[in-house]
Amino acid sequence: MVELTIDGIRIRATEGTTVLEAAKEMGITIPTLCYYPGLTSYGECRVCLVEVINRNRSSLEASCTLPVEPGQVVLTNSEKARRARRVVVELLLASCPDSKTLQDMASNMGINKVRFKIKDRGCILCGRCVRYCKEQMKSGGIGFVGRGTSRRVATAFGVTPAECRNCGGCEWICPVCERACLAGRLVNGLCGGCQNTAPVETCLVCVGCSESVGPQGHRVY
Amino acid sequence: MNRLRSAVALEQLRSKIRSRRAPDQPCISICVGTGCLAYGCLDIVSAFKNEVEERGLQDAVDIRATGCPGFCERGALLTIYPQGIFYQRVKTEDVPEIVSKTVLGGKIIERLLYVDPNTGQRFVKESDVPFYKKQQRLLLSNNNRIDPTSIDDYLAIGGYAALSKALLDMSPDQIVDEVRRSGLRGRGGGGFPTGNKWESTKKARSNVKYVICNCDEGDPGAFMDRSLMEGNPHSVLEGMTIGAFAIGANSGYVYIRNEYPMAVENVTIAIRQAEEYGLLGSDILGSGFDFNVKVSRGGGAFICGESTALMASLEGRVGEPRPKHIHTALKGLYDRPTNLNNVETWANVPLIISRGSDRYSQIGTAGSKGTKIFSLVGKINNTGLVEVPMGITLREIIYDIGGGIPGGKRFKAIQTGGPSGGCLPESLIDLPVDFDRLTEAGSMMGSGGMIVMDEGTCMVDIARYFIKFLTEESCGKCVPCREGLDRMLDILSDITEGRGKEDDVALLEEMGGVIKEASLCALGGTAPNPVLSTIRYFRDEYEAHITERRCPAGVCKALITFHIDEEKCNGCMVCARECPEKAISGKKQKLHVIDQTKCVKCGLCRDSCKFDAVIVS
Repeated sequence: MVELTIDGIRIRATEGTTVLEAAKEMGITIPTLCYYPGLTSYGECRVCLVEVINRNRSSLEASCTLPVEPGQVVLTNSEKARRARRVVVELLLASCPDSKTLQDMASNMGINKVRFKIKDRGCILCGRCVRYCKEQMKSGGIGFVGRGTSRRVATAFGVTPAECRNCGGCEWICPVCERACLAGRLVNGLCGGCQNTAPVETCLVCVGCSESVGPQGHRVY
Repeated sequence: MNRLRSAVALEQLRSKIRSRRAPDQPCISICVGTGCLAYGCLDIVSAFKNEVEERGLQDAVDIRATGCPGFCERGALLTIYPQGIFYQRVKTEDVPEIVSKTVLGGKIIERLLYVDPNTGQRFVKESDVPFYKKQQRLLLSNNNRIDPTSIDDYLAIGGYAALSKALLDMSPDQIVDEVRRSGLRGRGGGGFPTGNKWESTKKARSNVKYVICNCDEGDPGAFMDRSLMEGNPHSVLEGMTIGAFAIGANSGYVYIRNEYPMAVENVTIAIRQAEEYGLLGSDILGSGFDFNVKVSRGGGAFICGESTALMASLEGRVGEPRPKHIHTALKGLYDRPTNLNNVETWANVPLIISRGSDRYSQIGTAGSKGTKIFSLVGKINNTGLVEVPMGITLREIIYDIGGGIPGGKRFKAIQTGGPSGGCLPESLIDLPVDFDRLTEAGSMMGSGGMIVMDEGTCMVDIARYFIKFLTEESCGKCVPCREGLDRMLDILSDITEGRGKEDDVALLEEMGGVIKEASLCALGGTAPNPVLSTIRYFRDEYEAHITERRCPAGVCKALITFHIDEEKCNGCMVCARECPEKAISGKKQKLHVIDQTKCVKCGLCRDSCKFDAVIVS
């Protein structure tokens, strides 16, 4: 067992577990996106960032890949961690505004404007589908192709491979396909519908409502 | 050739090689590094060989094709020994004259000597040329003394003596200790103490360990590792073998990008030769230690210079980094303890072992020891590779070695540390160059790129250029780097194209901070440096672009217009002829006018006007 401190609480965790798992066991929620139980952690989305204090220095680490260590001091909800997460979610929304998972996450973090140019790529490249296909279905029919902004999930040479059994698991596990946001009208990259409780700046859906939005949020459909 | 089985056998071979050579025999060393290749140096080499043969001097004059001595600006370069006469800008036509006048007649050809553009003074010897005078060339000086494809040349200058000392007279602990006490820090960019890295890998428990030489140099305008690999591959192999012995590894890899064909070729030849001589392979010099090296060629992705991405690429997987919570010293290549160092770091090792750590650590500053090779490029008179002691000031590098800024222009900034380094302004020109001081100033040592900029450089445009490079070279794995850099590029493009918004600078600063902290690897962790450092030191330029829609340096095309000064124009028609869009009207001896609707702002009129009549505003 390893003894560490998460959010001021001293806890004991099994050696080899991650900070995310240890926190979860304690009932501390850390937002996640590319993490999925049963799949290997990948550390792509950076939504689960936590602040790790090491002597006088602090750094941000993805909790899904960070193994617990004796004497570790972790802050899951510090100002630094939250600020970074907000920018990360804002960036994700700018590249995939139609994901309800992301819209809800933005709402929970109090994001009320996406300040970046919206470039809808329809995919956040979290790699859940790639890992699911390889690790759970033992197929490996899909993978990442390309580098940087031209990176995408694809089959080899654009042909459905023999390994694919049409299981549909890749679609099922996708945080974008699975829960698409159907509002269709985005304001500053945010939908302002259903769960969104944060006031959306200059809302076009219901003119002038931004101040009058209550805890229930908009009800436009 | 029998494999060498002891230190004595090595020394006997060395004296045999030396005795075959006459030190006073004329030798013409011609640089065939990649830079000089472009000047046609291979033709020069064959011209010399023909000339010497025609005169029947094959046995009296040596012709040696060597690695790069660094002064690429003045290529093709050659040095004539034993006098050490240094000729630059040599052409094939000069060959007969050099042989008859200098080699046989002992006379100097004035026109081939280096002339200091500032003082007009001529220099005969390489060591007197200002470019070389302030350098301390511990590593590079051997480049033009040996033929990189000849192991005998390397042995003749004392090569592999450090290996024999390390393997036969020192214990692995002593070697690690010696390297630690030398204060050597990783030359690839991180600046991690090499001795500590070796120690961790040595302590890691495993029956299989690896050493890797990182020659995946991808920075625009940097060619330090390339020149060392091309010019002196044996020194790198010697360093690797010593390192492998110290940490207990029996196999090693040299990871070179395939864009460096000569480096690949030369190191492959070097490995074969060292194996033949028994300096690699099994039972090296009779010590009982086995070590094999393989060459692995990279596909040219910048990210594969990152240690974990490089190892993934070596294993045949996609070159993308993984989190380094468990260090590569414990779990690296094929999940085995792996020690990865840069080319220049490895090349420093034989030097430390043979000279001793005390002598080595006398060079440099408190936190950074030894010398560092920089590739000095950009708006500077003497472009090339320079090797300087740590702690030298930027001013000395730029003015004393680099010869200042061409065209009498003003120095504006210097970018150190490759694409993800920062731009340092004129006020920091007396900054001593070492790992810690550069980081404090918002830049970094990196692998040693130095790009000099003059007053005609727009700092916003420069930041945009580097972010564009990094956006393309990001592996795309983690969000802050992939999406963050892409959006940063959008904002910078908007600013340079006149669409900047007032809160853009604050947003860039916020994004920069988050990208640095939240990214998975060091590429994202340093990528915002060009933006953050230009905002820190040149904020007024950002503001001029955003609020006044003006580019102070006259670079950003959307924000400038070209006009012809009525008083200065004498109607020579040159600009009108040069203009590719035929946007300039006017007759001979009459004032010319630029049609703004046709002008594409290419700047050819300004460059062609002899009277400075074209004004940018």
